[in-house]
Amino acid sequence: MTAERPERVLVVGSSVAGVRTAQALRAEGHTGELTLVGAEPHLPYDKPPLSKEFLAGTRGAEDIRLLPGGPEADHGFTLRLGRAAVALDVERRRVRLADGELLGYDALVLATGVRPRTLPAPVGKPVTELPCFTVRELSESAELAARLAKKEPVIVVGGGFIGAEAAATAAALGCPTTLAESGPAPFAALGPEVGALLAGLHADHGVEVLAGARVNRVEPLTDGWALVRLDDGRCLEAATVIVGIGCVPNTEWLESSGLGLNDGVVTDEYCAVPGADGVWAVGDVSRWYDRRTGGHRRVEHWTSATEQAALVARALVTGERRPFDPVPYLWSDQHGVKLQMVGRRSADDHVQAFTATTPTGDRKVVLYSRDGRLTAAVTFGWPRGCMTARQAWAKGADIADVTARLAGLTTALTPLDLSSSTYLEGNRA
Amino acid sequence: MHIGLDLGKCQGYGNCVAADEAHFDLDDSGLVVLLDDKVSEADRERVAAAVRSCPADALWLVENDG
Ligand SMILES: Cc1cc2nc3c(=O)[nH]c(=O)nc-3n(C[C@H](O)[C@H](O)[C@H](O)COP(=O)(O)OP(=O)(O)OC[C@H]3O[C@@H](n4cnc5c(N)ncnc54)[C@H](O)[C@@H]3O)c2cc1C
Ligand code: SF4
Repeated sequence: MTAERPERVLVVGSSVAGVRTAQALRAEGHTGELTLVGAEPHLPYDKPPLSKEFLAGTRGAEDIRLLPGGPEADHGFTLRLGRAAVALDVERRRVRLADGELLGYDALVLATGVRPRTLPAPVGKPVTELPCFTVRELSESAELAARLAKKEPVIVVGGGFIGAEAAATAAALGCPTTLAESGPAPFAALGPEVGALLAGLHADHGVEVLAGARVNRVEPLTDGWALVRLDDGRCLEAATVIVGIGCVPNTEWLESSGLGLNDGVVTDEYCAVPGADGVWAVGDVSRWYDRRTGGHRRVEHWTSATEQAALVARALVTGERRPFDPVPYLWSDQHGVKLQMVGRRSADDHVQAFTATTPTGDRKVVLYSRDGRLTAAVTFGWPRGCMTARQAWAKGADIADVTARLAGLTTALTPLDLSSSTYLEGNRA
Repeated sequence: MHIGLDLGKCQGYGNCVAADEAHFDLDDSGLVVLLDDKVSEADRERVAAAVRSCPADALWLVENDG
């Protein structure tokens, strides 16, 4: 019964983790049944452009599809779209969809991702009356894009990646944009150095960044605008409020299944769910056991989602079990600058920032190390430098060695004193 | 078999290089460089995985070189 080589594979969640799992299953040689279930009615699409080119209007819905071809194309698997999975029975090995249909499986891959947190609705008012948007789903993002095109004032609540990107896109479209971050400094999660560089980048491009700005509530104004009240009594008015205050995993539908849930679906180091034969979890919803840190971790990044998809597909088809041990990597595009990060930093890591002078322009890099080894690197507008750090990180590189290799790509690698840089001044302003 | 590339779509994310250093690299301006656009049967799955890892949809495999 179980399944070194499962005959029927069911994938729930039709975004990048689910789609890449299905594609990799076929590429690895799965010839049995394969069904991909998704709650949204749209053909599977990619999320990162929603805060970038799609929001800016430079890429349309067809340009961000994850599967080639339109609705009629043969993708090599069955698509069940527009119907959410509502329950899982691990004993009988079946999943119930919202319309009551029961789908059996030999192997089940959970890829239901996360959804954005929202601000609490004002008492007695439906939140739909407010011009508040999150950035995760195509329909809502399309509505938001149409609204931003009017160039009216925008307040972005939350200074994470998605909020920061949405703010950058809004500002580039000509909307007077304010980014309200509740923490003591903007972008603090990335550390003071990168936070300062990013704050400066936003200030340079006309985004007003407010730190220590905790939103108390949002109220409707008569003209369709919103009044955003901060805890410290300040009030801001805007035509549009974009809410980027983090996400919660889509696991409610699994609550009756008996699976281990803890801010995500808890898995072992292979992304397999302990105690539930044939069940796996990939992507933003998966909290997998990370051997490297000795704890369970959940990340919300594209590359990790696709790497887990490839790993699980391989395990299902070939029976080969490899622990998920990624080189942590993410990118973000803000104000035309590509920010890339490799590895994981800790607050007490040693930090060095540099300006890299290259034949094609100046770039910036921040390197983190501990006991002489590279722990993380963040590059601004320097994909090649990031790639070098990424390859080095994977080999557990010595920080002096990485620095030398980066210097080799440049005509000069000059230490950057962030305490006196214009970026930090931008941050303080 | 060889690798198809739309350089206009490449964003320099570098996932292809991370997946397969034998076929892909990045240049100074952060765009992908094909070190070898020919793909042998033995390399097929690795290159296919590199192609799937591209977030920008800039890469594909061309099956028939005829
Ligand atoms: C605006 C935005 C910008 C981003 N930018 C970047 C970036 O620049 N770099 C980066 O590395 N990462 C970025 N990310 C993160 C990246 O997109 C995610 O890591 C990735 O989408 C995770 O994929 P996933 O398939 O695991 O989950 P999701 O993308 O969350 O998809 C889950 C899917 O499952 C469906 N679903 C949920 N519940 C059910 C159910 N019960 N039944 C059926 N279907 C269900 C949902 O409708 C959804 O389609 C960004 C994300 C967003 C939203
Ligand atoms: S993965 Fe795609 S976007 Fe990234 S460098 Fe390679 S081709 Fe370019």
